[in-house]
Amino acid sequence: MGSNFAENHPVGFQWVMEARERGATVIHIDPRFTRTSAMATKWVGLRAGSDIAFLGGVVNYILQNDLHFEEYVKHYTNAPVIIDDTFADTEELDGLFSGWDPEKSAYDTTMWKYEGMEMHGAAGNREEGFGPHGHQAGHGGAGGGLQHGEPPSEDPALTHPRCVFQILKRHYQRYTPEWVAETCGCSVDDFIYVCEELVRNSGRERTSAFAYAVGWTQHTVGVQYIRTAAIIQQLLGNMGRPGGGILALRGHASIQGSTDIPTLFDILPGYLSMPHAETYGDFDDFMQANTSPTGWWGHFKAYWISLMKAYFGENATEDNDWLFKKLPRIDKDNSAYWTLEQMIEGKVKGYIVAGENPAVGNANGKAHRLALAKLDWLVVRDLVEIETASFWYDSPEIETGELTTEQIPTEVFFLPAAAHTEKDGSFTNTQRLLQWHWQATEPKDDCRSDLWFYFHLGRRIKQKLAESKDERDALVNSLRWEYPTHSQIQEPDAEAVLAEISGWEIPTGKHLSAYKELKDDGSTVCGCWIYCGVYADGINQAARKKPHWEQTYVAPEWAWAWPANRRILYNRASADPEGKPWSERKKFIWWDGTKWTGEDVPDFEDTKAPDYRPPDGAKAEQAIAGDHPFIMQADGRSWLYVPQGLEDGPLPAHYEPHESPFDNTLYSQRANPARQQHKNASWDPYNPVDGEGGADVYPHVFTTYRLTEHHTAGGMSRSVPYLAELQPAMFCEVSPELAAEAGLEHGGWATIYTARAAIEARVLVTRRMKPLVVNGRTTHQIGLPYHWGTRMLTSGDSANDLMHAALDPNVHIMETKAATCGIRPGRRPRGKALADFVAEMREQAHSRRSQEQRVEPGEVRKT
Amino acid sequence: MTTVEQERVGFFTDTSICIGCKACEVACKEWNLVPQDGQTWTGQSYDNTGELNANSWRHVAFIEQEKPLRTNGDGGVGLRWLMESDVCKHCTHAACLDVCPTGSLFRTEYGTVVVQQDICNGCGYCVPACPFGVLDKRHLAPAPDLPAFAKEDGRVWKCTLCYDRLKGGHEPACAKACPTKSIQFGPLDELRQRADERLAKLEHEGWNGAQLYGRDPDDGVGGFGAFFLLLDEPEIYGFPPDPVVSTKHLPQMYRSMAAAAAAVVVGVAAAFVGGRS
Repeated sequence: MGSNFAENHPVGFQWVMEARERGATVIHIDPRFTRTSAMATKWVGLRAGSDIAFLGGVVNYILQNDLHFEEYVKHYTNAPVIIDDTFADTEELDGLFSGWDPEKSAYDTTMWKYEGMEMHGAAGNREEGFGPHGHQAGHGGAGGGLQHGEPPSEDPALTHPRCVFQILKRHYQRYTPEWVAETCGCSVDDFIYVCEELVRNSGRERTSAFAYAVGWTQHTVGVQYIRTAAIIQQLLGNMGRPGGGILALRGHASIQGSTDIPTLFDILPGYLSMPHAETYGDFDDFMQANTSPTGWWGHFKAYWISLMKAYFGENATEDNDWLFKKLPRIDKDNSAYWTLEQMIEGKVKGYIVAGENPAVGNANGKAHRLALAKLDWLVVRDLVEIETASFWYDSPEIETGELTTEQIPTEVFFLPAAAHTEKDGSFTNTQRLLQWHWQATEPKDDCRSDLWFYFHLGRRIKQKLAESKDERDALVNSLRWEYPTHSQIQEPDAEAVLAEISGWEIPTGKHLSAYKELKDDGSTVCGCWIYCGVYADGINQAARKKPHWEQTYVAPEWAWAWPANRRILYNRASADPEGKPWSERKKFIWWDGTKWTGEDVPDFEDTKAPDYRPPDGAKAEQAIAGDHPFIMQADGRSWLYVPQGLEDGPLPAHYEPHESPFDNTLYSQRANPARQQHKNASWDPYNPVDGEGGADVYPHVFTTYRLTEHHTAGGMSRSVPYLAELQPAMFCEVSPELAAEAGLEHGGWATIYTARAAIEARVLVTRRMKPLVVNGRTTHQIGLPYHWGTRMLTSGDSANDLMHAALDPNVHIMETKAATCGIRPGRRPRGKALADFVAEMREQAHSRRSQEQRVEPGEVRKT
Repeated sequence: MTTVEQERVGFFTDTSICIGCKACEVACKEWNLVPQDGQTWTGQSYDNTGELNANSWRHVAFIEQEKPLRTNGDGGVGLRWLMESDVCKHCTHAACLDVCPTGSLFRTEYGTVVVQQDICNGCGYCVPACPFGVLDKRHLAPAPDLPAFAKEDGRVWKCTLCYDRLKGGHEPACAKACPTKSIQFGPLDELRQRADERLAKLEHEGWNGAQLYGRDPDDGVGGFGAFFLLLDEPEIYGFPPDPVVSTKHLPQMYRSMAAAAAAVVVGVAAAFVGGRS
């Protein structure tokens, strides 16, 4: 669900096929019948953007029929925890949780806490800081002060009206099978089938897994989509056990790696918080706010100082607070779309784009291209000259006259990049597995690896600043920037970088083998605490290639998984509270009387007995009891209800997408109230929604996606003859019913339009697209692959040009999987007429909306 | 180099686990340096390759059907999307071999049928001889930016079952690249046995239309070296239902021709004889 596994992850999908051949039931729930649906035991079609309705319905089905895994739920989740009476549910407030501030368009998240305890902060608003006494949630959530790692109030019988279990039950009680069917456009029978199969295949003897990808994340409620699946998996006991879990399928070879060692603005390697400009002036405040008193985040300081030692070596000392004061700061949501906004306003001078093609790959492509034209300089590093590098002479806006080459001040530098075959390095895959790859050939001409580029860039900057006494240059001058190089081009040694990421002991230089060895006194170096041990014993553990037939089925000697080469996280949950396997069939980790043992590296202290109870004043992992497997959480349990860490609610509620042709039949609050919008920005206009005038200008739902034959924004596939010929044209997928209604001809052309843009595409009429009946009304969904742009061997209009840039509030991701549009036969207008057409349609819609505008309960009514 | 007779090898292409990724098409072209075949969007589902020809030696067909996956109606909405990777069949009785006047086409020590490009003179006799339309002459527009493919060709090109890889002890590129083992390479006898077991399993599970195609050594071409497990009748995939080696009647044709020639000779002679009388 939320993924097209076979098409976008075909190599990983071999295991799904193998599982199917061994009797597994494979269910694909998706708006389109794709190559994944074709291979599944069963396909269930649903409306794009209605997944929480569907999954919430599953939660309700489990709870109403008492089908949860009771022992697991009672002991391993926060079901018994009593929630503070400041919490009020969406059921009480018609679609809002307590704490909503319409002026700020944000929640006061402190109103969702456990009873009797202080909790502050959220994972999504690290950028806002949390005040000197706040407790910032690390990745995965820390918590306030918990004595013994236990929440203050619990009801083991799960009957207290304010215990999580009862709150959950009430929250989802109206997500009935009939309501799910009406909202999602599926049948009651299909929905029940999914519920029954999941329940049948879960419990002591069996486990089920969910696999998702950006079909879940790319929504204004994306994080909550995944949360709903997490609730199901906790209720059914499918976490921390073999064959269970929620698998985040990654769309590129090392996207997992690029969050672990992040390319994100708000975290440092290993999910450590980026300091905030105003909140954290002081090192001790920062440590206090980030160190969870209980659970493994209690060692935040050791992780942090080891990272600083990796960055700055001898220059980071206890006396200078490990250079904390000199570190760069964030001051708000400094994410990609915020940066776009700043660019449009002319506040950004320079921009470096590497491994990304925002002119094609990001929502509202036109806004990105217009923004690029406001820069002083732009650096693009890629394999070929992509649209982001060529916007100044061949973007669609040149054609419409909205940009004129001569008037664009941006100086564009295109720097050719080396491909993965031309360099050493590791990929971190969806299973947290680091797999090493070796260079096969030298990069040609001026092509260089990222490692080469950043190393030599840093080296040259350091050279230039070496004599500087400027305070602002002190940090760069403090950087430890020495790596051995080889070959004629002076390529840095990738293994030396891996060794630093893994870490060593000062002064012996002994390589560390696990994060438990990290110290908070500056005596260890570690570039990313969760990767600690990948270079244990001075051996590149990621380069291990022992075949599976020469070892156990868990294959611990194939490459290396973070953390500590552990293949299943929280695997203590594979045994019951007493430490015995839940069943012989699903045996994985167990207590043998003196220690934890089994197939995997235990995700628990080796000798902590199941009956261990923390003494008074216990800190960090010692405050977690022997029967609480979720050791990164302050209370050692998995969270059905999230008391802190999220911006838009402790429980997932069904909201319509930002743009939707349907009303929310559950609450007056139609869409996620906390979603980020650019309400008054002319560059991001929105289509009217159901209940507003002009909504019928954009009556259909569209969703964007990838094809096996191409890669994301196309730089790596539209430039390759053998791939370009396999999908040589931008097309749209429509049902025969929509084709008949809109007058579209198979093989002909269609123009698809929104308030942002109009694009053209070849028409593929297919039964694989099915009209759905939602709330008694037939709706059509249009499928749009998003690979095309103006250049390379196959070119075409970009689907992302149609998209708006309203965002999820937790992770600031766009809603490319569900929005509204209009469609008509024939090619789009050319030149200036194109811009005129988009404006005309928008005017038609917006003039009517101004008469009939909808204001949701969460919004401040304009006076 | 001496050639030692090897066990006959081939492909078993199991379409019930083909995910339509086309990795076989790309791997084949990469390894064998087969040129791009033009960028035509066909509108035939996700198939933009269209057919097997001189520039496409693997071709994944996509067939959208309103037919349930299982005979008992299970499998959702009664919609299925068949995907099948087609390839040269490497027939036991290969007509292309029979008609090749230069000896360019030959049977290798692995039992496969291969064109020797340095001998092929482009006569094209083999093209209509193939019951599957696999053999095809390469015609390329000059491509100055791709020097390796630059010259107009005119010769016949097709799947070699990666003859060079076999010589080196490797499996063919398409089978190597196939992520789901839909394309299986191995000794033909072993593949046939595996296919029988696979068919029995699918029949037991009630798969709609599961059948083997080209597995039978007694069929019109003596069985394929590269055979298939299909999920519908061969015609649905564009295959001839009952392929027959086109040179099957050649001996008889030669006999008829000889008889006719003899009759002509007799007739002409008779005319002369008659004229003299």
